[in-house]
Amino acid sequence: MAHGPSQNFFSRWLFSTNHKDIGTLYLWFSFAMFLLGGFFAMVIRAELFQPGMQLIKPEFFVQMTTMHGLVMVFGAIMPAFVGLANWMIPMMIGAPDMALPRMNNLSFWILPFAFTMLTATLFMEGGGPNFGWTFYAPLSTTYAPDTVNYFIFGVHMMGASSIMGSINIIATVMNMRAPGMTYMKMPLFVWTWVITAFLLVAVMPVLAGAVTMMLMDINFGTSFFDAAGGGDPVLFQHVFWFFGHPEVYIIILPAFGVVSQIIPTFSRKPLFGYSSMVYATASIAFLSFIVWAHHMFTVGMPIAGELYFMYATMLIAVPTGVKVFNWITTMYKGALTFETPMLFSIAFVILFTFGGFTGMMLSIAAADTQYHDTYFVVAHFHYVMVAGAVFSGTAAVYYWLPKWCGRMYDETMGKVQFWIAFIAFNITFMPQHFLGLAGMPRRYSDYGLQFADWNMVSSIGAFLYGGAQLLFLYNVIRTIGWGKPIDDPQVWEGAVGLEWTVPTPAPFHTFSTPPVVK
Amino acid sequence: MMKRAKALFLGLLSPSSLLLAGSVSAESATRQLNMPRGVTEVSQAAYDIHMIMIWICTVIGVLVFGFMFYVMYAHRKSRGVTPANFHENLVVEVLWTIIPALILIVMAVPATTALLKVYDTGNPDIDIKVTGYQWKWQYEYIGEGVKFMSELRTSQDEIYGRAPKGEHYLREVTQPLVIPTNKKVRFLITGNDVIHSWWVPDFGVKRDAVPGLFTAAWAKTDQPGTYVGECTELCGLGHAFMPVVVEVKEEAEYEQWLAGKKEEAALYASTIGKQWTFDELMVKGEEVYGRSCAGCHQANGEGIAGVFPALKDSPIALGPAEGHIGILIEGVAGSSMQSFAEQLSEVEIAAVVHYERNAWGNDVGDIVQPIDVLNFKQSQ
Repeated sequence: MAHGPSQNFFSRWLFSTNHKDIGTLYLWFSFAMFLLGGFFAMVIRAELFQPGMQLIKPEFFVQMTTMHGLVMVFGAIMPAFVGLANWMIPMMIGAPDMALPRMNNLSFWILPFAFTMLTATLFMEGGGPNFGWTFYAPLSTTYAPDTVNYFIFGVHMMGASSIMGSINIIATVMNMRAPGMTYMKMPLFVWTWVITAFLLVAVMPVLAGAVTMMLMDINFGTSFFDAAGGGDPVLFQHVFWFFGHPEVYIIILPAFGVVSQIIPTFSRKPLFGYSSMVYATASIAFLSFIVWAHHMFTVGMPIAGELYFMYATMLIAVPTGVKVFNWITTMYKGALTFETPMLFSIAFVILFTFGGFTGMMLSIAAADTQYHDTYFVVAHFHYVMVAGAVFSGTAAVYYWLPKWCGRMYDETMGKVQFWIAFIAFNITFMPQHFLGLAGMPRRYSDYGLQFADWNMVSSIGAFLYGGAQLLFLYNVIRTIGWGKPIDDPQVWEGAVGLEWTVPTPAPFHTFSTPPVVK
Repeated sequence: MMKRAKALFLGLLSPSSLLLAGSVSAESATRQLNMPRGVTEVSQAAYDIHMIMIWICTVIGVLVFGFMFYVMYAHRKSRGVTPANFHENLVVEVLWTIIPALILIVMAVPATTALLKVYDTGNPDIDIKVTGYQWKWQYEYIGEGVKFMSELRTSQDEIYGRAPKGEHYLREVTQPLVIPTNKKVRFLITGNDVIHSWWVPDFGVKRDAVPGLFTAAWAKTDQPGTYVGECTELCGLGHAFMPVVVEVKEEAEYEQWLAGKKEEAALYASTIGKQWTFDELMVKGEEVYGRSCAGCHQANGEGIAGVFPALKDSPIALGPAEGHIGILIEGVAGSSMQSFAEQLSEVEIAAVVHYERNAWGNDVGDIVQPIDVLNFKQSQ
């Protein structure tokens, strides 16, 4: 047996270069951010419980919507999947660790500083960022509080962290696969992550460019986004969404990967179309680069541009459909059981597909004129982000937790959490479709009386959904501390893959000698 | 509040509440579930394609989820099935790629014709310039010499729960936009400070108001009435408080209204030289301040630390009147203090400057007259 972890708490966690420890750090960090972003969401829903300003002022409300978006996207969802990648990719491809372990440590430890700085702006003079997570200029430049400079620095740090993490994943997968593990034998989670890593390397510098231009406009008198100086506020939106659209696929592709691991396991049947899943993932990634302006259908583009972006966006339905059909055909004629990870994965397929339907509706530019920037859009992206990314992340934790800590979670409690989360999620976000269609714009701190009923329903659902996350936290802690010990390397009857050949719990170092893949 | 929760709970239990949802009575407006069909060609085209999409998605959803639920029921391990081991099937995989692609091509046809309608902004009968300000709209009837601001009329007391909320809470403005029936009206939309977005759901019009650019939209309807819309691009803390209200009037009525507006403008020009008293200016100034300044500088004049400077005890408010007028006319470059030269009349600027110099313990004591503002403007 090789060396174990350092016995000193600080040197173990601060200086760790072990992929499992760093994966754990990422996961706990992202869960902390998930609770923080969730707290912001609770503030938003509490204020929107009734018409009128009850609890907070409008200026604080817009800070809450902004911080909720930023923290959830950059602090909760992205690091959660990087954490899963750190834990699972080396174990899935038979590698002893990540290719660049010291950089791995650095890419994690940047994040707590970035988010401390971002969150600290809430307590500074002028308040936190108040221009939405999409930070359109000139609201985020000329009209922003001075703390915007901290926000820009924070975004740069997160970007650096993401790029380092991605380079690490690409280097690991390209160089450290076990003998015999060809590309087309890699588990789908690994495939989706490689493609995601390439997306990240391609678009994070674009985001960095956008915020740097903001920095110049704010502090050094340039006019990239100021029409008065020869710039163009719409340019900001093009640059932002050239990053922003791939970004949402960066969030969802690893989620696809997770679900593509879990559904075959609990169907006890191999994934139906492995290679078509790989090609579909690659097509989605490619399309993500050429559809960005569908977020800008009301900005006054020429009709030729509008038609092009509409057609290109509609195309995304094809590879996405391929994925959904594949998952369902994998279940067809399997022997299904419904443990918690499977429940979350099935809910993922249903609710993500529902979000896909509203996505197709949004792609139709003439109808989008009515949907744009209303609660219909809020409902759409929460169906794909929460029921997509968050549900699949939860499924992943339940699926791999026994392997990580050698203890089984409480199945009943897992199922209870699932049903509360599933029902509360729909109570929260289904009515938001109606609110949007009836005319309620997003990011509104107050609304007319005609929207009162559905807002109240939505808020009640949101509080319930928030409560379900505390149950999740409790269940995970209880499992790690007091769960029933197991030592079966397989854990799940139908599980296939190298990660299930190592002992349970996974030792500190695995695959010091590479396995041979047939 | 409990009353509404209870009513809502009962409403959800009764299936008839869903059936009623489409009608337009005030009661059921609170339960509207779908997009309004609206009163223009564009809004109706948007509604029709929206419904086509809903039905296509419903059919696909029923088929896909139906199959999925069948599988979840029939192929459970607890029923004693043994799992099959098949995977990959070229025919199936090609079919489920091609069929969705064909459906998309079919959908693209109505989607394209609907979009062509949205863009059909040529040959208007009337042009109206719409300018978004933080946080109000300005409407200018091009070639008519008529221009006015349209601001939220709901009081701060209603918003902050110090007074009961009226029926038209957040859906009422000081002066609505007025347009005639059966005329093609083109809206030329721009922004003054940040990006806003001008939305009237019943017209199917939503276009961003981007500073430095113009976007165009149009509406033509034969149905008189009042149509309410919203600002739909985050524009700062007052985003939720700048509704759009459009009144569509019969043509004769519209002409009468327009003539009245022109008269008002002429009358105003003739009274600009009037000498106002200290107290008249304070009353007028407080009203203008509440509408145009209190959003940032706060009703007590103390501002918000770090964002919006205090006016109470400020060197500008206590300094010479010229400098104070200058700030309002010119704005402060690189900050959210915009120029009010176009938004407020000379009388309003004089009144609000006077008010700021003599309220909340500020005690300059001088009188700022509209003519001083006019002189300042002309000296520039």
